[in-house]
Amino acid sequence: MADAALPHSAKLQIWRGTPVDGALKEFDVELDPGMVVLDAVLKVQAEQAGDLAVRWNCKAGKCGSCSAEVNGRPALMCMTRMSSLPLDRPVVVEPMKAFRLEKDLVCDVSWNYEVDRKIPPFKPKAPEKDGTWRMSQIDVDRGQEFRKCIQCFLCQDVCHVIRDHEQKTHFAGPAFFVKLAYLETHPLDTEDRRKLVRETAGVGFCNITKCCTEVCPEHIKITDNAIIPLKERVADEYFDPIGKLFERLRAEKAERRRLKH
Amino acid sequence: MSVAETHAQDVLVIGAGGAGLRAAIEARAEGATVALVCKSLLGKAHTVMAEGGVAAALGNVEPKDNWKVHFRDTMRGGKMLNNWRMAQLHAQEAPECVHELESWGALFDRTADGRILQRNFGGHTYPRLAHVGDRTGLEMIRTLQDHVIHTGVKVFMECTIYRLLTTGGRVVGAVGYWRESGKPVLFKAKATVLATGGIGKAWQITSNSWEYTGDGHAMALEAGADLLDMEFVQFHPTGMVWPPSVRGTLITEGVRGEGGVLKNSKGERFMFGYIPEMNQGEFAENEAETKEWLRQTELNQAGRLADVTARRPPELLTRDVVAKAINKEVEEGRGSPHGGVFLDIFTQRTPAEIQRKLPSMYHQFKELAEVDITKEAMEVGPTCHYMMGGIRVEADTAAATLPGLYAAGEAAAGMHGANRLGGNSLSDLLVFGRRAGRFAARAAKEMAAAPEVDEGQVDAFVQRMEAPFQRDSGENPFAVHKALQEVMQKYVGIIRSREALQKGLGELTKLKARAANAKAEGTHTFNPGWHMALDLDSMLTVSEACALTALAREESRGGHTRADFPETRPEFGKFNHVIASAAGAMKVRREPLPEMPADLKALIGGK
Repeated sequence: MADAALPHSAKLQIWRGTPVDGALKEFDVELDPGMVVLDAVLKVQAEQAGDLAVRWNCKAGKCGSCSAEVNGRPALMCMTRMSSLPLDRPVVVEPMKAFRLEKDLVCDVSWNYEVDRKIPPFKPKAPEKDGTWRMSQIDVDRGQEFRKCIQCFLCQDVCHVIRDHEQKTHFAGPAFFVKLAYLETHPLDTEDRRKLVRETAGVGFCNITKCCTEVCPEHIKITDNAIIPLKERVADEYFDPIGKLFERLRAEKAERRRLKH
Repeated sequence: MSVAETHAQDVLVIGAGGAGLRAAIEARAEGATVALVCKSLLGKAHTVMAEGGVAAALGNVEPKDNWKVHFRDTMRGGKMLNNWRMAQLHAQEAPECVHELESWGALFDRTADGRILQRNFGGHTYPRLAHVGDRTGLEMIRTLQDHVIHTGVKVFMECTIYRLLTTGGRVVGAVGYWRESGKPVLFKAKATVLATGGIGKAWQITSNSWEYTGDGHAMALEAGADLLDMEFVQFHPTGMVWPPSVRGTLITEGVRGEGGVLKNSKGERFMFGYIPEMNQGEFAENEAETKEWLRQTELNQAGRLADVTARRPPELLTRDVVAKAINKEVEEGRGSPHGGVFLDIFTQRTPAEIQRKLPSMYHQFKELAEVDITKEAMEVGPTCHYMMGGIRVEADTAAATLPGLYAAGEAAAGMHGANRLGGNSLSDLLVFGRRAGRFAARAAKEMAAAPEVDEGQVDAFVQRMEAPFQRDSGENPFAVHKALQEVMQKYVGIIRSREALQKGLGELTKLKARAANAKAEGTHTFNPGWHMALDLDSMLTVSEACALTALAREESRGGHTRADFPETRPEFGKFNHVIASAAGAMKVRREPLPEMPADLKALIGGK
């Protein structure tokens, strides 16, 4: 195991503070085999800073509560092993930056729940005579990929439309494109959400930099399988060749930039 | 009054896991106004971690299946201590509840002819668990969440309910605090549903999250409701054992359902040696037969074989049996390097099948333990997982013994008896969440005006919530919690004895004094140390209830095992343990099992 080389202890720099003021605070943590960042943070909480605010639930990558930025990268703390990080320098743990801070590692993600509520719900077609439905596995496969979403909002955090341009009023964000893609590919659904996808959800703002796909802990191919098909679906209805060309050029440029880094 | 923020709805639902969500939806559908309050963000509750599937006799894979077989399996799995009426309603209504989820958008895995696919699980005679790979709980909670947000149910996230309010012996609401601001909040309601889940955080090795502190049990008991069968805690046989960071994390029973086998350090499939008397003749007796079972099962699920004639592998015995077998193998020196046994699926299924059927298990092991389960065995051992006992309820209405109070899901007792079958919790929360919501709403409708709240009571609870801040010196609440977990693991664990339980009760008394002195540092803003200081109260209450009833049950049955009474004693199979609070102390008494009607008795048969 890679853990064999794990040092005895590590330094953690955890962001501590409120919206008013705050700073990174350094803590020494003894390491155990297999330790993840969340273990280290909870150890700090239990032994050194009882009021250290952090969200967590399942500690197994299934609930999406413990989202944070570890050494600047959006990640689930429960799925980030200490041994995967360089431990010759402090591990920096900060809250997600795209959302208002509440305290320490906890931020206000309520905007996401507001966006969710605006999406028209699933509306099934009439069932078979026996009151149930038939769907083949191949038809539910696509939707099942989107349903792996654990609503950790890391994709929302990393998305520059939200993070850098504060487009929260015109843009639903990758997490909800995933939800929309689930609804739109659901074999039984009859609701038409194209207007919402284009207008309220603002799928056009996405310029396919794929940052969301990279941080998704569930490995959902957000850009390729959710966003691009949604864009195409909208484009079918509101055909806009020049806009589309620009969009592609922008995306190619961004991709080149990304590859260079 | 010391609370500035008050909300008033017809029905207050506490807890937003599957049971709470389902209760809220139903209460709203009945026309009631509903407040749904949860400690975490919406969609993060424990249901999200359920993996293997939801048990319902749909008969899609095996047409011979029906509610009667499901009822029989549930009663036998519960060692006949279940409330028969709950087991009956559950078996009858589960299929409809699963279809209901599909009508709300759930995408279950499919059979070849496009219906909901069902898999094998321990204790279920036929493939019965509707599932989505190994993330069924996520699919269910998301479906319920997606549905509830469009119903007009008012959701209060990250708000912890501390205690119930009573007026004239009736529950009239609750008081709690916002986790972010720490400010108290009052909820008035004509009827209150407790869907607060379990108590596993009182143990050291557990699959449960920080939320599982037994709040609902403790507040119900304090308000005057009865608890039932608190000695029956389920230790799931397969938790991760290595590395220490993930000790206790759940490995779905679906691994065994898909053919996974258990081996000891000598490479023996030891479960062949642990088939209980009551199951003799029902399980495969050698490896060749289990291989044949797997072959037939695959063909059957693909729709290419009508009947599975081979008997099931003994790895699919009920959880209590498998957990105790693993415990014994380890105890007798045949364990794995880190004190578990080996569970392997890679010798039974192809890598592609494993990744398709058990994707999160694959990732969980790969990322957290550096084990590739398509090539290597997993190390597994028992982990505290589920509370069979809980708030005593009336079967049909989910009403607790206190007027105005209802309970559903893991917080309620009776449905599972002495041992729960895998998959029956997800169906339980749908069936009884729905019933609790329905009957709470109807009771609320019958009341003309909301009952008065006793302001003195509110003030007293707010003062108690404040206490950890007001101590000049005191203990770290996390240290007390750690000590409690050690005590429960050591003295009230999977194997118990009079001596250990008495020792444990003594330790709990000392811990109560320590908890009463736990101090919160810092401010009221999102302060987990303070929250823990308050949660300790609930955890100590349920721990004591568990130890007391475990001491009183001088036999071994289902999830309760006594080293000093290793046999199941028929005279102990005639009653449940009821716990009530009398002048601040717990009183345990025996309550005869409700008499099962003859037609249902006939379903269960001789064994």
